[in-house]
Amino acid sequence: MKFAILVNTGPFSHQATESALAFAQAVLASEHELIRVFFYFDGVHNANRLAAPSNGERNLVRAWSKLASERGVDLVVCIAAGLRRGVREANLAPGFRISGLGQLVEAGILADRLITFGA
Amino acid sequence: MASKRFLFVNRKAPFGSGQAGEMLDAALIAASFDQHVHLAFLDDGVFQLIKHQRPDTLEQRDFASTFLDLAEYDIDHVWVERDSLAERGLTETDLLIPVTLVDRATLSRMMADIDVVISA
Repeated sequence: MKFAILVNTGPFSHQATESALAFAQAVLASEHELIRVFFYFDGVHNANRLAAPSNGERNLVRAWSKLASERGVDLVVCIAAGLRRGVREANLAPGFRISGLGQLVEAGILADRLITFGA
Repeated sequence: MASKRFLFVNRKAPFGSGQAGEMLDAALIAASFDQHVHLAFLDDGVFQLIKHQRPDTLEQRDFASTFLDLAEYDIDHVWVERDSLAERGLTETDLLIPVTLVDRATLSRMMADIDVVISA
């Protein structure tokens, strides 16, 4: 089955974001396919490479980047939501790309299931 | 591109968080991709549709006026949960646009017929 994930919450404020990452990892460990992770609303903060959590704290931004570098996961940040919150090319974490809401719609069309985290 | 049934579930009041306006943006983009777009308003989300909003007093974007133009985007399925309205002392006459009132059980059945549900 083809899955797509919508992440609506930031990296250090909501369990939903952790769950989204865990779900993504579980899909990759299964026979299913993860076609895209789309970051919208405060979810765009997951792509801010300037995030610097203290030692011993999980760095979710890096964890997402790792999914892209090791597993080739398509990580897409909404451009309008990102610009509004100061997430842009200049501070984009590795492995993310910036694009429009059309990428969310396309993910919904191409995937068998679009799973929302942070509802 | 294939056409699917999208449902955008609005559960937040219009200005208590930034989510309402951004949900509407996503719905309009889906419509521009020729998808069958449905909107559902429940819980505090029903406040998004009430008349006489004054977003200017909060220096907020007036996205509610976009609801008046939904037909231009071929969005003609607007569902409002009857119970959520009643719980907030509202009736259909308080709303900006004509809607389809549905009760909770019906709404969950209608959601089951949707391909892609997006909520925030």
